[in-house]
Amino acid sequence: MVRTGAQILLECLQREGVDLIFGFPGGAVIDIYDELPNHPIRHILVRHEQGAVHAADGYARASGKVGVCLVTSGPGATNTVTGIATAYMDSVPLVIFTGQVPTQLIGNDAFQEADIVGITRPCTKHNYLVKDVRQLAFTVKQAFYLARTGRPGPVLVDLPKDVIRATAEFHYPESMSMRSYNPRYSPNRKQLRRAAELIAASSRPVVYAGGGVIAADGAGELTRLARDYRLPVTTTLMGLGAFPGTDPLWLGMLGMHGTYTANMAINNADLLISIGARFDDRVTGRVDAFAPQAKIIHFDIDPTSISKNVGVDVPIVADCRQGLVGLMEELARVSGVDWQGKHAAWLAELAAMQREHPLTYASSGEHIKPQWVVEKIYEITQGEAIITTEVGQNQMWAAQFYRYTRPRTFLSSGGLGTMGYGFPAAIGAQLAFPDRLVVDIAGDGSIQMNIQELATAVSYQIPVKVVILNNGYLGMVRQWQELFYNKNYCATCLHTNPDFVALAKAYGAEGFRVERIEDVEPVLRKAFAHPGPVFVDVRVEPEENVAPMVPAGAALSEMLLV
Amino acid sequence: MRHVLSILVENEPGVLSRVAGLFSGRGFNIESLNVGPTLDPTVSHMTIVTIGDDQIIEQIIKQLHKIISVIKVVDLSEEQAVEREIVLVKVGAEDSKRAEVLRIVDIFRCKVVDVSVDELTVEITGDKNKIKAIVTLLQRFGIKEFARSGPIAMRRSMQLAD
Repeated sequence: MVRTGAQILLECLQREGVDLIFGFPGGAVIDIYDELPNHPIRHILVRHEQGAVHAADGYARASGKVGVCLVTSGPGATNTVTGIATAYMDSVPLVIFTGQVPTQLIGNDAFQEADIVGITRPCTKHNYLVKDVRQLAFTVKQAFYLARTGRPGPVLVDLPKDVIRATAEFHYPESMSMRSYNPRYSPNRKQLRRAAELIAASSRPVVYAGGGVIAADGAGELTRLARDYRLPVTTTLMGLGAFPGTDPLWLGMLGMHGTYTANMAINNADLLISIGARFDDRVTGRVDAFAPQAKIIHFDIDPTSISKNVGVDVPIVADCRQGLVGLMEELARVSGVDWQGKHAAWLAELAAMQREHPLTYASSGEHIKPQWVVEKIYEITQGEAIITTEVGQNQMWAAQFYRYTRPRTFLSSGGLGTMGYGFPAAIGAQLAFPDRLVVDIAGDGSIQMNIQELATAVSYQIPVKVVILNNGYLGMVRQWQELFYNKNYCATCLHTNPDFVALAKAYGAEGFRVERIEDVEPVLRKAFAHPGPVFVDVRVEPEENVAPMVPAGAALSEMLLV
Repeated sequence: MRHVLSILVENEPGVLSRVAGLFSGRGFNIESLNVGPTLDPTVSHMTIVTIGDDQIIEQIIKQLHKIISVIKVVDLSEEQAVEREIVLVKVGAEDSKRAEVLRIVDIFRCKVVDVSVDELTVEITGDKNKIKAIVTLLQRFGIKEFARSGPIAMRRSMQLAD
């Protein structure tokens, strides 16, 4: 049957199981919008294209499905770039459809023309310009295939207006294979055996897990590995939720604002079992002093992540879940090891360290402590909420003081560090799970970067809760200025913040302000029970710092505990 | 160390930009880059000469593999390979110099491909050492124009043990 490009596109989305897209219309995509009501696909109209991508990203991270966006050409397309780069750094499967000027005008500096394929080449897993409507179905199929397989990532498909309007026979490919793309999922047996031998021979092992475990749906396997073989676990920011934060084997997050115990465990370990993590500079600190005594086993689906920053003894290219399953099979074959008693001394040493140097903060006088607010959110939600964050101090406190027990419950821009991510991501996560509580732990700086999405939340009554830890500063930069730049608070004071409560109300949402310690808990409870979107403006200690801290470029063993 | 990478890519728009962008974006060096079609019209062949230590070369090869349009990457430096490059050089050859230039061209088995009253254009084919040698010799006659292709390379059929 002959169909238009717009019909083919929407038919393809249905075949891929897409029932929700985030978008913003414009001249170049108006034909797709014209066709949209004829298909059972829900469209969420955002207020800025960056919001569309972050929302699709939050939806994808929370659900494990591919997030989809539709925007117009030119500024519509360029507005998606930060969202795409965010998803690329954190390996989130997205497909972004951008409108484009008609093919005969491409290169002509036409109205609302931008070379979005050129612009996004370095921040997409792959991208396409569709020049012929007969290639459209195949391209869409390939885009979804690439986005969700291997190391997931964003894929962009640029759609010139004449291609959308042209007609062709519709054939959707049943399956996809590519000669130039064959991700390796199953681990090499010999390497697994070497890994098992190293674990059996180690006396101070540490598991260092990252977002790859969550992307591979391997959190259950990771938990089983650690518990069965008595291995202490630390994770990266991206790995929070891959291992229960309530388990005695949990050491806390590692890295720049990681726990003392996690960082010292890395420093003293004789074996590092890295699973789906990429030795990011915020994790390693000074690379040549990272895990100086340890042999390193590294599981990763992306070969480029292995031995990129830190040399590895046993590289294992595999899907993290399959790698974990294979490792446990090999460990089961190791005989004569008393796993329960084997690392007892090491675990006792780490437990003592945890008691001595827990995550902590000075008890408050008159001011509300932001860390305490996060602890209260944990208490009230009993760890069951999906938490999103912005970037900066709010992000670190949300990582440190909420205990994540399940994967896909902590959504944060780890790699790119995008302020303005958390609120639209919360909207996406809430749409994936309408019945769960979704809380964006925000700062007064970050929240203003995509605050326009209040209109989206209100118009669809998406009941996300935004808790603004309002300290009147761009807090993380201020902290660096305080510690490393002689308190030269240049451009970090936000003296002219808006009235967030009035602002929320102006958009039609609910808003509360909290200024006294005793009001924190009742107001949070009231906010979380409210059926619609809510902003809670919590006035916290203005000059509170995130601690502990490894200064940039220092070794993990050189932590500042203040 | 200098490495010669032989790369098969999908012959599609933007593929050169993907490869070149990888090198610039990650701060890798390109000494030369050469692209052409293969006998299969859907596949292009690139030869890239790059410089880096073992860890950097390993990263470059892995990153090239990661580009979706890249089909195959071979590091020819690890193999016994033949390498050839073509150079066109326009050299001053007024009456008195002419015989000398032609003699050098002859010794190196090069070809004169264009002639005028006071200039000769010479085509040089060879590996980088031969090219360096003849260019050094021709320089004293005055090189007016110079163009080189960058090397192409191929694995030798017989891989002899060291």
